[in-house]
Amino acid sequence: MKKTQLILLSFCILTGLSAQNAIQIIEKVDANMSSKNRIVESEMIIHGKRNSRTITSRSYSVGDQKSFTEYLSPAREQGTKMLKLEDKLWIYSPSTDRTIQISGHLLRQSVMGSDLSYEDMMDDRKLTDVYDAILVGQDTVDGRKAFLLQLKAKVSDVAYDSRKIWVDTERFVPLKEELFAKSGQLLKRTTLSDVKKTQGRWFPTTMIYKDMLKQGDGTEFKILSMKFDQEIEEYLFTKAALKQ
Amino acid sequence: MIRFILKGILRDRSRSVLPIIVVSLGVFLTVVMSSWMKGIFTEMIDMNANFTTGHVKVMTHAYADNVNQIPIDLALLGVDELTQNLQKDFPNMEWVSRINFGGLLDVPDANGETRAQGPAAGKGIDFFHNPKEIERMNFQKSLVEGAVPKSPGEAIISYEFAEKYGVKLGQEVTLFGSTMNGSMLFKTFKVCGTIRFGMTMLDRGAILIDISDAQLALDMEDGSTEILGYFGDGKYDKQKATETIQAFNSKYNHKDDEFSPEMYKLEQQAGLEEYLAMADGMVGMMITFFIIAMSIVLWNTGLLGGLRRYTEYGVRLALGEAKGHIYKTMIYEAILIGMIGSVLGTAFGLAASYYLQEVGVDFSAVTKNINMMLPPVYKASIFPSLLYIGFIPGLLAMVLGNALAGFAIYKRKTAQLFKELEV
Repeated sequence: MKKTQLILLSFCILTGLSAQNAIQIIEKVDANMSSKNRIVESEMIIHGKRNSRTITSRSYSVGDQKSFTEYLSPAREQGTKMLKLEDKLWIYSPSTDRTIQISGHLLRQSVMGSDLSYEDMMDDRKLTDVYDAILVGQDTVDGRKAFLLQLKAKVSDVAYDSRKIWVDTERFVPLKEELFAKSGQLLKRTTLSDVKKTQGRWFPTTMIYKDMLKQGDGTEFKILSMKFDQEIEEYLFTKAALKQ
Repeated sequence: MIRFILKGILRDRSRSVLPIIVVSLGVFLTVVMSSWMKGIFTEMIDMNANFTTGHVKVMTHAYADNVNQIPIDLALLGVDELTQNLQKDFPNMEWVSRINFGGLLDVPDANGETRAQGPAAGKGIDFFHNPKEIERMNFQKSLVEGAVPKSPGEAIISYEFAEKYGVKLGQEVTLFGSTMNGSMLFKTFKVCGTIRFGMTMLDRGAILIDISDAQLALDMEDGSTEILGYFGDGKYDKQKATETIQAFNSKYNHKDDEFSPEMYKLEQQAGLEEYLAMADGMVGMMITFFIIAMSIVLWNTGLLGGLRRYTEYGVRLALGEAKGHIYKTMIYEAILIGMIGSVLGTAFGLAASYYLQEVGVDFSAVTKNINMMLPPVYKASIFPSLLYIGFIPGLLAMVLGNALAGFAIYKRKTAQLFKELEV
């Protein structure tokens, strides 16, 4: 009897510790990945079945509620802008001078044929706000030691019900992620690399997204420059700024 | 002897009226159901051929594998040259390019911002240069208001969409989606007409534009999602289609290149093969069921007749007529009754089929929530084999029923006849 109680007590303590450790880990991940605001210039290389395309853009974001993206090249996309305010998304096309609001299931559509959906681009919330975490073990990713965490959504308005995330044990940045639907189906796999220290925080500057339900070789997302905690004009996060 | 049996049938109506009614009813139902089913299936085949499948269709192998997702990035390129080759290799067929695409139809307000929007199935059709396409897609009848596009930048949208979102002729709508290269598609069109196909899947949201506009908007220069081939007489011929696809695929399709063109015949698309096999099977099953059911009914009728004519057969046997001869006359009688019933059933069946062919039955209220491409009015189709499709089973059922009932004669014993006849 005493033996059983001891085993149960040990199990509870271990599970509790594992959850606590996991929360501490993802809090450190959030500290690296989230910021008050940031300006990012990036390059997205989309590997299609017939050809590959490179799209460059500049994004301004404040917390997880506001972001503004302007596409810089190629010529076909130049001047296209996206504005996200809370859970709403608008796209402006200079060729038609139209602003279209995207909502509902359309948010799950691919952005410019990439492996990223509008929903992926919009959801910038902290992991700790959205998921409960359990530390399930340790692994090695590209020669670096990593914690393997199992994340389960604690809110309903989330694109992926669960995630497996491999977190660098020293730098506390994700090195690999697998995103699952509620059914347990693997929807996306992301590998993150070229981790660099910017303004005191570690950040992966190359990410390869692979939509597992789509053919093709995935989408590379490279951060060309990144600045945290900058002065960003509030005017940028208005619909009027789309037509500027 | 036939004249003698015929007189018997006509004068003793109690032996012929019920079997004739039963046979003619069965034949009538077989003829009507066969013609109606044939009509429905033919209509559906024609509708699918005109709208979707063609009699044959050329796509890339990669596109065909994912055709339900409309993957325009896997579309055919070099379409002009390919069409010229098709015209040269198969001069008796008409070849037309079409582009299928999906997107969001967005209705702007005065500031150019979204007022309303909904998903739309899109088609790029050769409106400007091919009047046959307008006829084939039944635009003249389907247009609710306005006209087909006559110049670049014009579009037809579905009437239900226009009504729901208050879009009037001359107003602009923006098509939003992805181009062949995955770029964002933003293209504004002026609404020149609204259309109602009577097919729910298209009526909920559709945009139809000229193929040149579609190529421009979707970055598909010299490209199309499919090239459809139609036989010169406008009728689908399975044998000819098989020969055509074999000739084409052996020349142009390369299995190791997923973007090489591959030709498919009508029934290889949209699950039509199973559908057509099911249609054939259903007609066969219906006739078999009819023969079995009618035989059982007519067997019983024959048995009742045998009981009623028990004394008659006894007297005939007593007079020295052979059992085999009596059995033979019964069968001849059954043949004559079966023929009369079958002729009447076929005649009434053809008359009813003709009515259904001309008028049909309107099922649009029942099928309004179905996503399949279904005709709103189901009409019959008269075809030559209707002349015998009910006639032969009617005759067979009558003969079979009487042949089974007639065996009772062989159980009669001459020695007991006088006792049975109470002489």
